[in-house]
Amino acid sequence: MTVHIHVMDKSFKKGQTAVQVLRDIRLELEDGEFITIIGPSGCGKSTLLKIIAGLDMDYEGTVEINGLPVTGPGTDQGFVFQEHRLFPWLTVEENIAANLSLKDPETRKRVDELIHIVRLKGFEKAYPKELSGGMSQRVAIARALLREPKILLLDEPFGALDAFTRKHLQDVLLEIWRKKHITMVLVTHDLDESIYLGNQVVIMKAKPGSIGRIIPIELPFPRQRAHPLFQEMRRKVLKEFETADELPLIEGLGI
Amino acid sequence: MAKTTMTAEQPNLQKESVRRTDVFKDAGFKEGLKRGVSGLILPFLLFAVWQIVGSLGFVSKTVLPTPVDIVLAFKNLIVSGELFTHLKISVLRAIAGFLLGAGLGLAAGIAVGFSTKTEGVLNPSLQMLRTIPHLAVAPLFILWFGFGEVSKTLLIAKGAFFPIYVNTFLGIREVDAKLFDVARILDFSKWKQIKLLILPSALPNILLGIRLSLGAAWLALVVAELMGATEGVGYMMMDARQFSNTDIVFVGIIIFAVVGKLTDSFVRLLETRLLKWQDTYSGR
Repeated sequence: MTVHIHVMDKSFKKGQTAVQVLRDIRLELEDGEFITIIGPSGCGKSTLLKIIAGLDMDYEGTVEINGLPVTGPGTDQGFVFQEHRLFPWLTVEENIAANLSLKDPETRKRVDELIHIVRLKGFEKAYPKELSGGMSQRVAIARALLREPKILLLDEPFGALDAFTRKHLQDVLLEIWRKKHITMVLVTHDLDESIYLGNQVVIMKAKPGSIGRIIPIELPFPRQRAHPLFQEMRRKVLKEFETADELPLIEGLGI
Repeated sequence: MAKTTMTAEQPNLQKESVRRTDVFKDAGFKEGLKRGVSGLILPFLLFAVWQIVGSLGFVSKTVLPTPVDIVLAFKNLIVSGELFTHLKISVLRAIAGFLLGAGLGLAAGIAVGFSTKTEGVLNPSLQMLRTIPHLAVAPLFILWFGFGEVSKTLLIAKGAFFPIYVNTFLGIREVDAKLFDVARILDFSKWKQIKLLILPSALPNILLGIRLSLGAAWLALVVAELMGATEGVGYMMMDARQFSNTDIVFVGIIIFAVVGKLTDSFVRLLETRLLKWQDTYSGR
């Protein structure tokens, strides 16, 4: 399974003028890769993710999964939003099943399996209001996984969580990735998270949003944040990140 | 002694006030509970003064019958079976009118809520009709449909139509656009989108609409029965007024209040059942 992304131009209309958000983005994802995208706020990384998902079709370019163009949102492109976006009137298991019937034994079995994987046993019948932020996000991940997506897109999924919950969910995600071998694209603004999770870190720069550099992370899993190699990687990415961040400033000065 | 009763009742009362979390709740009743026994002193005094003033003949009984007169009239009406007959016909009328009006209101609200096209066609006319008072159209209804049940049912239906129409419409338009994105990603069919997203999200508004519609139906019922009827609680009151049986008029008022309150409580019970997922500030 390969994903081919080529976004030539994506602009938002702001009154009379059009503001270019993305320019000439090319990404090739191999089967089972874990790509993390990091960049300054406003660099269009969330917009890029929406384009891959098919939620935003108003752009110039193509997104192909296994050679087939993405023409709209669907279950092939799983999506986890920054906020959990659960249906407040459905229980945990109903939220995971959503439009699939829990009466169907096959769905039932897989929902139970996913509840086990995201460690929510005992909360099947709870409503979202009774869950913590981390638990809600785990339900959202399970909901996306039930559809067996070809690619899982995550838009700063752990951004609003505290450090402990975030670390825990990162490990849950890695475990799912290893078990299910799904291609993942995760947008984040957390440098450590991008290195901890990704085989490749895509650094984006802003104005207009484009790819600064792609850095492969060849550290074995599970990664140790305190390990010198990890720290060295971190310095490397940070250095790239800083130059990427400075570019628009220089451009803005007309140099 | 009064003090000890008050402190003994205090914890219970607090629980009660937390559980009752409704804007429509009877403020007098709640206040009375909160202040415990002390809250009952004033109404008791009032009733006592009312009774004494009446018994001593300071006020004519045709103007203001005493509480005891009203209770006695109540008892007589129950014993003769008259009250039950009138109440039955009134309740049947209210139910028929409510089902017709609220059913159409719900359908129209859903139709207009879902499509801006339907909104453009229907909403302006309906909003115009909404502001016409019952009393203004009642003569027309009687002219067209006579004094029979049809004109009454239609008048009640007119009353019940608008609250549920407006609230259903609003409820559908207030569905979170972010959840629509989720529905698109999960590949919801049109039907699943309505069943799992739009209707549950609009349900609080729809239930509020039902409550307001019930109240409006009850209100229209009185208008319909006072306009001209040969049965019903409204007729009973009208008839009593002509014979200066003011005590029966009071009985009618009490009946309307109690039945209105009961139906309202029923919908509130439905609300707590159906909306247990809601995570909103529930008052203190």
